[in-house]
Amino acid sequence: MTHTHPDDLKSLEQQLRAHEAPDAAAWARARRKLAERAGSSGLVDVAFERHESPLGTLLLGATAKGLVRIGLPAEGEDAVLEELAARVSPRVLCSPRESVTRARRQLDEYFAGRRRSFDVPLDWQLTRGFRREVLRATARIPYGRTASYREVATRAGSPAAFRAAGSALASNPLPIVVPCHRVLPTGGGLGGYRGGAGAKARLLGLEGAA
Amino acid sequence: MARPRVSPKMPPRSAPGLPPFERVVERHGPALLRFCAAQVGPGRADDCFQEAMLAALRAYADVRDPGAVRSWLFSIASRKAIDLHRERARAPQQSEDLEALAAAHEPVHRDEALWARVRELPEKQGQAVALRYLADLSHKEIGEIMGTTDAAARRNVFEGLTRLRSELDLTPAARRPSRKHDPHTSR
Repeated sequence: MTHTHPDDLKSLEQQLRAHEAPDAAAWARARRKLAERAGSSGLVDVAFERHESPLGTLLLGATAKGLVRIGLPAEGEDAVLEELAARVSPRVLCSPRESVTRARRQLDEYFAGRRRSFDVPLDWQLTRGFRREVLRATARIPYGRTASYREVATRAGSPAAFRAAGSALASNPLPIVVPCHRVLPTGGGLGGYRGGAGAKARLLGLEGAA
Repeated sequence: MARPRVSPKMPPRSAPGLPPFERVVERHGPALLRFCAAQVGPGRADDCFQEAMLAALRAYADVRDPGAVRSWLFSIASRKAIDLHRERARAPQQSEDLEALAAAHEPVHRDEALWARVRELPEKQGQAVALRYLADLSHKEIGEIMGTTDAAARRNVFEGLTRLRSELDLTPAARRPSRKHDPHTSR
């Protein structure tokens, strides 16, 4: 074997280490193709997409059963994706899914004032027990109307549990579609909202209920 | 009261702290695609990348150590690359057709000639060199991926480099002009 000076190897190492970065356009193509292939392979437990809305960028996540999570801009994308990874499955990927496509179209119509209720399959797995009952009762409040915490607690079967109703609404995994923005404190004011009071006021304003 | 039922399709509870797969793709995907291009040639880089990522996604919920995701991902890509490389060796006529590459919009990196040389090294040496310099893995991680000791991994890298060096010396025309280096990143 030829004798190799260590310095020669150093410069070769440097050349190898200074490899050219992946081509940006090729990466974008590979990423898109992966989203499509993974989406149709059934390997994605939570498919999500980002959706522009008047409230800002929403994150829409769906399992095979239906829409499982709507993340509001105030929540932060990282927190929402990490919650999905921990509570549903780490196989979370930005990829297409029919229920998400449907939800996106309906949200656009809703924000344009052309839709009053949503018709999308929902996966309720991120909420259970009394909290789920509260959210189901909330889902029945009509467009443009409001209810108090005590009213939704009553409809969920426990009139005295209005505090628990409040925390159920604060952890609503499917805001907008399950319209927790329509629940207001009896004493006046807007009450809390996962997406911030501004977002709540905006939704109520859109519906003409504020 | 009925207990909440767990859908049988859902994977078993995975290790705490496993990041959403989306973040794995964002963090390591570009380097993985580059690694595939270097290991199997630009024409098959995308096949190698897609197969590796889908295999990783399939097995992701079973990963036990979130800190070892990167080397785990490259070990999968490494196996796919060897499969494709051997396939190519059996059917060399359909390998480096540059017109087909252009038609497929596959980029040919400027340092492709150097990595094409790495592909010509004995399999273990070429694999060790790519894992070291493209995947940026330690000798320990390379050893784990290749099923050898740290020392053997170090030897594979060193022998690959030495051989590459002497082959480049024999054919100076194939040498690439040395590129500028950031003094902070080169060792």
